[in-house]
Amino acid sequence: MNRTKTYLSKTVEELKPSGIRRFFDLAAGMEGVISLGVGEPDFVTPWSVREAAILSLEQGYTSYTANAGLMELREEIASYMQKSFGVSYSAQKEITVTVGASQALDIALRAILDPGDEVIVVEPSFVSYVPLVALAGGVPVQVQTLKEFGFKIQPEQLEKAITERTKAIMLCSPNNPTGTMLSKSELENIAQIAEKYDLLVLSDEIYAELAYEGEYTSFAAISGMRKRTILISGFSKGFAMTGWRLGFVCAPEAISQAMLKIHQYAMMCAPTMAQFAALEALKTGRTDVEEMKKSYRRRRNYFVQSLNELGLTCHVPGGAFYAFPSIESTGLSSEEFAEKLLLAEKVAVVPGNIFGESGEGHVRCSYATSMEQLQEAIKRIGRFLERRQKA
Amino acid sequence: MKLSEKQIEILEILENNSARIPVEDIAKMAELSIEETNEALEKLEELKVLVRYTSVIDWAKVDGHEGVTAMIDVKVAPKRGVGFGEVAQRIYRFKEVRSVYLMSGAYDLSVIVEGRSMNEVARFVSEKLSTLDSVLSTTTHFILKKYKHDGTIFEQNEDDKRIVVSP
Repeated sequence: MNRTKTYLSKTVEELKPSGIRRFFDLAAGMEGVISLGVGEPDFVTPWSVREAAILSLEQGYTSYTANAGLMELREEIASYMQKSFGVSYSAQKEITVTVGASQALDIALRAILDPGDEVIVVEPSFVSYVPLVALAGGVPVQVQTLKEFGFKIQPEQLEKAITERTKAIMLCSPNNPTGTMLSKSELENIAQIAEKYDLLVLSDEIYAELAYEGEYTSFAAISGMRKRTILISGFSKGFAMTGWRLGFVCAPEAISQAMLKIHQYAMMCAPTMAQFAALEALKTGRTDVEEMKKSYRRRRNYFVQSLNELGLTCHVPGGAFYAFPSIESTGLSSEEFAEKLLLAEKVAVVPGNIFGESGEGHVRCSYATSMEQLQEAIKRIGRFLERRQKA
Repeated sequence: MKLSEKQIEILEILENNSARIPVEDIAKMAELSIEETNEALEKLEELKVLVRYTSVIDWAKVDGHEGVTAMIDVKVAPKRGVGFGEVAQRIYRFKEVRSVYLMSGAYDLSVIVEGRSMNEVARFVSEKLSTLDSVLSTTTHFILKKYKHDGTIFEQNEDDKRIVVSP
């Protein structure tokens, strides 16, 4: 057989391109689009934080930092994690500052996986989890949560997916795309399984600051779980700093040092000015975070109730800034719905199936956009549904 | 005055949104029924906590309506028994006066006056304000440009800089 040599790795060739790309291309060329398709805050980074970064540049802090990040920043992260979530990590040995939570995910997976090791990915999930597991040589095992349980993973489902090769469970609460937040007792159920089968838990807590219902519990704060947890977080969502690319990862010393090894060879360190910005965010950004959270919460209340009134049933998301309504009543697939809505009414939403099969029948709508835009979006979606009913 | 959490919620929603926001939307945002929201609004109005629903207008953009605004530092001699209140009242009753504040520091009252022209404001200061019995002196500052007013930035580039769809 005469095949053209591609030079590409098999793993990469087999990766599916993200389905979000197609929607981006479709929406990007249109004018007057109201986008509910954005996975980031609508706030600009607070001025005090931006100013701190500018100042660091003026003062000439333009060189590398320590591999794990500025010591002062790691100390602030340690005290922030202690104060906000009651988990304690050593700034010297257990915290690594990364290029966004995404890089933290990458080095965490690479640090723990041998070829063929399985990672349970709770679905629907952020689009990067499955490819990152594969790129690290692991085998992603998707477990689909159900709408009936508010997209909360059930312990029996997890247990069924565990094999001898299972190394870790990947969790994200509050979740992207569903907004679902797990309670302390629900996390404890998962902890029991982690304990029983001797598994690690990769806990993506990037939305921890945006928890609206009840108290947020970090997985590392569950009794006995600190030693099993790789806690991934960052500044993007809570502090409105997506473009700075700054995250961090906390884990027990042995795992932390392994991740740091990868980080120092593959990345050296996170950008210095972004680290100075993050330092300021932790020192003075609290009130900004609280204000933003209040504002998201109000918009969530408005948006979710309005969707339900339109007949797009939607559970009340406990955190993040996503609503994940069912569009099954329209008889359309999630991709069809998103595409028709975009073309007919210029409202961009993200089809749920992009986040895994269990997201089919749903669309992800980000309510991190102004109230005026949300009001207009509801009007347009209402018009879209009405026209379909008549047709 | 002690307000309930929901009353404060409603006030914050009004403060951070357009005055034209429908009651139904406020109700949804605050997780209340429409009746409860109306009731709370009436109560807040009655208490004069919710004083007025206003709009921020950038008149400088409108031909023939540019107008001038002056901030006037006023030193006054307070009167026994009534303090600054009486003279403040005599000042704020003029319709040209938009705001009157009692200040700490180098002067006593800060008076904001709006007029159609510099002349009009000047006339008000020399004829009405400085002739008041208790007024000892006035210093008038004309505003040249309003960048931000009552928390609203006038010339902000409000474009959403985010890409339209992202994971």
